Amino acid sequence: MAEINQSKIRNFCIIAHIDHGKSTLADRIIEMTGLLTSREMQSQVLDNMELERERGITIKAQTVRIVYKAKDGGEYIFNLIDTPGHVDFNYEVSRSLAACDGAILVVDAAQGVEAQTLANVYLALDHDLDVMPVINKVDLPSAEPERVIEEIEDIIGIEAQDAPRISAKTGQNVEEVLEQIIEKIPAPVGDAKAPLKALIFDSVYDSYKGVIVFCRIKEGTIRKGTPILMMATGAKAEVVEVGYFGAGQFIPCEELSAGMVGYITASIKNVRDTRVGDTITNAQAPCSKPLPGYKKVNPMVYCGMYPADGAKYPDLRDALEKLQLNDASLQFEPETSVALGFGYRCGFLGLLHLEIIQERLEREYNLDLVTTAPGVVYKVYKTNGEVIELTNPSNLPDASEIEYMEEPIVKAEIMVTSEFIGAIMDLCQERRGIYEGMEYMEETRALLHYRLPLNEIIYDFFDALKSRSRGYASFDYEMDGYVQSELVKLDILINKEEVDALSFIVHAQTAYERGRKMCEKLKEEIPRHLFEIPIQAAIGSKIIARETVRAMRKDVLAKCYGGDITRKKKLLEKQKEGKKRMRQVGNVEIPQKAFMSVLKLDDKK
Amino acid sequence: MKPLEIYVHIPFCVKKCNYCDFLSAPASREARQGYIESLCGQIRSYADAAKAYGVVSIFIGGGTPSLLTGSQIAAVFGAVRETFSVEAEAEITIEMNPGTVSREKLKAYRDVGINRLSIGLQSADDEELKTLGRIHTFADFLETYRMARAEGFGNINVDLMSAIPGQTVESYTRTLRRTAALSPEHISAYSLIIEEGTPFFALYGEGAGGHDEYGRLPLPDEDSERQMYYDTKRILGEYGYHRYEISNYAKPGYACRHNLGYWNRTEYLGFGDGAASLMDHKRWVTGGTPEELSREDEMEEYMFLGLRKMEGVSKTEFKRLFDVSMDSVYGKVLADMEDKDLLEQAGDFVRLTEKGIDVSNYVMSGFLL
Repeated sequence: MAEINQSKIRNFCIIAHIDHGKSTLADRIIEMTGLLTSREMQSQVLDNMELERERGITIKAQTVRIVYKAKDGGEYIFNLIDTPGHVDFNYEVSRSLAACDGAILVVDAAQGVEAQTLANVYLALDHDLDVMPVINKVDLPSAEPERVIEEIEDIIGIEAQDAPRISAKTGQNVEEVLEQIIEKIPAPVGDAKAPLKALIFDSVYDSYKGVIVFCRIKEGTIRKGTPILMMATGAKAEVVEVGYFGAGQFIPCEELSAGMVGYITASIKNVRDTRVGDTITNAQAPCSKPLPGYKKVNPMVYCGMYPADGAKYPDLRDALEKLQLNDASLQFEPETSVALGFGYRCGFLGLLHLEIIQERLEREYNLDLVTTAPGVVYKVYKTNGEVIELTNPSNLPDASEIEYMEEPIVKAEIMVTSEFIGAIMDLCQERRGIYEGMEYMEETRALLHYRLPLNEIIYDFFDALKSRSRGYASFDYEMDGYVQSELVKLDILINKEEVDALSFIVHAQTAYERGRKMCEKLKEEIPRHLFEIPIQAAIGSKIIARETVRAMRKDVLAKCYGGDITRKKKLLEKQKEGKKRMRQVGNVEIPQKAFMSVLKLDDKK
Repeated sequence: MKPLEIYVHIPFCVKKCNYCDFLSAPASREARQGYIESLCGQIRSYADAAKAYGVVSIFIGGGTPSLLTGSQIAAVFGAVRETFSVEAEAEITIEMNPGTVSREKLKAYRDVGINRLSIGLQSADDEELKTLGRIHTFADFLETYRMARAEGFGNINVDLMSAIPGQTVESYTRTLRRTAALSPEHISAYSLIIEEGTPFFALYGEGAGGHDEYGRLPLPDEDSERQMYYDTKRILGEYGYHRYEISNYAKPGYACRHNLGYWNRTEYLGFGDGAASLMDHKRWVTGGTPEELSREDEMEEYMFLGLRKMEGVSKTEFKRLFDVSMDSVYGKVLADMEDKDLLEQAGDFVRLTEKGIDVSNYVMSGFLL
């Protein structure tokens, strides 16, 4: 392969607020550079998981190399690194950005700058990326490109007068984007002869090749046979193959040198050895220190996952193991619940991550799951000096052994038009938010700063935000440590028996309200039995709320004729089938979906 | 000869009632005549199968079979007697609505051998009859009942209904007493079921919305409905009736043999549209494909059908039929249901308790294998 001149390489990503057209622009660029004809293209090539397409968001980073013949006659290599588009994956985003030299900022010509636009731009600027704005959706009737350009200049403070005004959907002006990439995104730097220093920004598992590591070569050169060392995990291997990214395929090449983006394989069996953010170096001639920014990501949200059919427990383990091959941030360990039997306590980066895993387990592995309410990781400081990281409410020690507890806090930025400021402040107040200030971005829009407990936002905060601002508010957050908090464990007793899988941790202040709503919700979910069933919420031994499921008075088919017998049997079968979808706790049968009830306490009917 | 029951379905009525989901509709004179002819053809086509059986009961149901003329009834019975051997003691019933029969027609019934009448009264309250969409009054019923007795019918059933919209425990009690005072040999007391596809379903069915908006009478609540059920047994008991099936009451010796046949899994043939048959370990509906019953199916049916009878199911009979003991197949569920006070043992029999009757579907579903 001919030597590639660093000056002809551009490594960049596209950043945008959700729905501003990031993936559509990526598709258009790929299509226009002739990598795929439009006929070959399925819409949004880069979002290639079924789930991603359905939800219109990018979950896993995708990368593609494109060859572009510029108007100046030169042939350029573009490495487009598509980043995940959700706060759950903020760390992954930051590592993807670190693999780039510049970023295309897509802003919707009608919506303008949003909270994620800002968060992403700041993230890009933090990584010293040059940011190149693009105004998208100019074909919309409500488009106001000039206003949006001013907004970008005023709010973000980057020059935007010559930003391409495009429609990624129709292809209008996309070529101008390609030309500007050459002009505005810097070429990579780095010495191909220096000791090897490569940044891992993603990895996938392939059953033939083992782990395929996505990396950006910062210094040095890597080729087949290079002995490598992952500096943070200490894993060692010998490179089997190096290559770059075609559209949806891996294309092997001789070597990757400083400035290039590509992949390596080295018969690595586990993605846990190739942590995103780690530095690959030559095991025999290592660089002096790793690239900055590596962090071991820890799950933020935990829940219990149980097979609906207890016999499927080994299947669940197999499925989780397979998913973990591709997802180092998914954690799980076996646990047992009195109510639900054998299952796993699983850790996720956030609620979206949880939902994705849950859906994949159900769809791709055909598992019927019972999931308990998700919770965050609490720190429990015991009187004996021990500190527990609590992921399962059932494991909370007795109150007498607890000195105090801490809960995780996030720093949130909410962008909202001025008419909804009051409503959003109310919401944050209800969720125990601490107001940290507000600034006006322009006359009608403000950026609110809050510190909020993570457990108040993991369930439905985003939905509440949208509904209280008629969809106008946007939201971004980052973790901001732990603070001491008055937390209690709320237990649920059904027919006087505590149901471990329904316990959750809640702030003392909101315990009464949550307990009451939980009992109401469970009363709706639990079918009537032959006897009366009290549903109680308790803190320790103190009952704080109670509802009753009345006893079933009647379940009888009064009339029945000879001709009805087949129908009668069907009715009885349906009844028997319904019982199978129940979990027996003591002598009460609880429907599986009741275990997620706590998530739906704010439902408005 | 094996015992056989015959059911003949007459899918005609004057006007469809608001709760009715049976196969029945008003029809022209010609349509009725055509139906009777094809019915007779169906009956005759069973001549070969008939040889092994002696008919122990015949039930002409509907619809409103009393809409048929005397000669149409005679044609049906002609076909039956020509094809089957009907036992001398057979119970032969026809259903009728008050106001649809004359002395002449009743005479014609007696002539063909009908010895039992089943009259659909439903309620002795004219307002309630109107709500149900019935075409008769309580007075019409009294007249029909008087004529039937005068014609010499000594075995009469009266159908009653509880849980009618607007009905109260008091009004239902009145209906029970007015009916029992006439001393019919048998009373069927059903509770109204809101069936899909009926006018009532639009008012009270799933998704009918709101509560008691203007013009809609409230359905009795669950407690009242149960009270009506308990009152039925208590009040009819005062008049000498005993409950022999979940919804059926009789003076001693007058339990409906045809009805019991269904719960005892006696073989039966149904003729006419939508009629069901059970014969040779198969079930089918007229014109449909027979469903082969496995041994397990039959055990299930023996249990959940048999439990509708107040005497319950016999362990000896179970063993005789299936060559295994009831306990070896159902020991666990029997013990569980007894624990819950839903079933009880009485000698060789296992039967529903009063509590078990209230939730009999729950109990019966336990016997599905």
